[in-house]
Amino acid sequence: MSGRRPFLLFTLLAFGYAFLYLPIVTLIVYSFNESRLVTVWGGFSTRWYVELFRNEQMLSALWLSLRIAAMNASVAVVLGTLAALTLVRFRRFRGRTLFAGMVAAPLVMPEVILGLSGLLLFVTMEQLIGWPEGRGVTTITIAHITFSSAYVAVIAQSRLSQLDVSLEEAAMDLGARPWKVFLLITLPIISPALIAGWLLAFTLSMDDLVIASFVSGPGATTLPMVVYSSVRLGVSPQINALATLIVLVVSTGIVVAGWLLHRQERRRQENAARWLRAG
Amino acid sequence: MKVDQPPRYRSPSLLRNRFERGIKSLTQGRLGRTVVIALPYGWLALFLLVPFLIVFKISLAEAMLASPPFSPLVNWTEDMALQLRLQLSNYAILWQDPIYLDAYWNSLKVAAVSTLVCLLVGYPMALGIARAPGNWRMVLLLLVILPFWTSFLIRVYAWIGLLQGNGLVNQVLLAFGLIDTPLALLHSNFAVYLGIVYSYLPFMVLPLYATLMRLDDTLLEAAADLGCRPWKAFLTVTLPLSMPGVIAGSLLVFIPAVGEFVIPDLLGGPDSLMIGKVLWSEFFSNRDWPVASAVAVAMLVFLVVPLALLQRIEERHTTGGR
Repeated sequence: MSGRRPFLLFTLLAFGYAFLYLPIVTLIVYSFNESRLVTVWGGFSTRWYVELFRNEQMLSALWLSLRIAAMNASVAVVLGTLAALTLVRFRRFRGRTLFAGMVAAPLVMPEVILGLSGLLLFVTMEQLIGWPEGRGVTTITIAHITFSSAYVAVIAQSRLSQLDVSLEEAAMDLGARPWKVFLLITLPIISPALIAGWLLAFTLSMDDLVIASFVSGPGATTLPMVVYSSVRLGVSPQINALATLIVLVVSTGIVVAGWLLHRQERRRQENAARWLRAG
Repeated sequence: MKVDQPPRYRSPSLLRNRFERGIKSLTQGRLGRTVVIALPYGWLALFLLVPFLIVFKISLAEAMLASPPFSPLVNWTEDMALQLRLQLSNYAILWQDPIYLDAYWNSLKVAAVSTLVCLLVGYPMALGIARAPGNWRMVLLLLVILPFWTSFLIRVYAWIGLLQGNGLVNQVLLAFGLIDTPLALLHSNFAVYLGIVYSYLPFMVLPLYATLMRLDDTLLEAAADLGCRPWKAFLTVTLPLSMPGVIAGSLLVFIPAVGEFVIPDLLGGPDSLMIGKVLWSEFFSNRDWPVASAVAVAMLVFLVVPLALLQRIEERHTTGGR
């Protein structure tokens, strides 16, 4: 590289970040606005936060979304890891192309198609075998698991393909059974990716409006559904307050997770260095 | 004298290793392997593949005032003969009513333009991150990912406040004297483009960054040593080598953007009709499930080529990347 700093490039970079963050910053600023009008500054106030915490409908929707998201993330991590293992470790089996396609499809498939197809499946199943009875939490959770396990699979896949196979082979040579090798060697090594996958699956589920709207029934209203119906009526300062809280939680989570991963990585490198010195 | 062509050289230890591993997988891993494959395979087949087939089936049915609101394809007639009734009328509607063709065309156009703008904004960002000092790179990358982790709906909502008639954008433009009367920015095609570019930018930046990071810096040094100017080096070295990232990023933006519902619904106006929105209203407002299914099938047909392309890139990436 030439020593000259590519000035133009960094200017464009700065503009890119301004574009990404300007809307979020204005949301946060106006959540503390006294005035109901989002565009007029009426002085600092936290009244919208107070109103948000008194909004029963919003709170119960939040609780429902949290439950669905946690359930979804836990199942999706298991399925996604298995899918990643299948794709990375088993190069040849019947129907591999179809399988790879099915894992890749939810990442890009328009949500309206996933939602509609999910709903039609549940309706057909109810007609044929009587399960699931009606639509609600169960159907939303199943639909969410289906698409978020694909995201987990992608994350786990990239970690698995970087993994040093000789570690597993060494364990195998020393007589460990495959299941034990997986639990003692593979799983600990890919665990950061699995934690990231769990968190991603959780947020995807918390965030989903379209699929949940299709596969939900009366009585199961998730947080995005409440937000959507309130946003359709126009700008509401309560949503600004909610957005600020979401940004706060997510950024805290990312900073903590990043710090933990960084620390773990450094400890691993130190261990490796100690091993090398000792050997 | 006859010279035997030596067989392709394989180290004996490698062969032995492979043989042993084969034996091991035969004796121990068989059951485990089946379970590992079958679980996600079965789940995805049941909850992803079968539903697509059902969508196709119902697109051939007839809308009825019943629960569920469509006619069965197969039923028994009075003299106990099996009767199969396929309705192609739903597809005929798509073809004849201009609203559907317009919506498809508009969706493809909006998605294509937004993808291009995303590329123009995202490429310099990805390049800037890739060339930033090492300890900055992680932070910059996290800052691109962070908005993706916050609620999509709320990020779209943020633009409503900004683009309103008396919103921040208009206020700034008025204050600088660039315009005299507020522009009608919200509920326009412009707002839809902006919303899509804003929401999908991380999907463009991340694959671009990944390919740009793998780029060999010595190639650029060689070009510079041979008297190539930076701009030309970019065009002849960096850009062609980053094409896989460009294609992957573009597909990751284009495909979901075609079927986008939330953005045209909240930011678009009456003229910005997109197919995702048509499917939604066909289903929720008209309760015409068969037509909604036909719309979905037709959308999938449009997306088959880009999807297959993406699949091939992914496959090459996972198998060739090691």
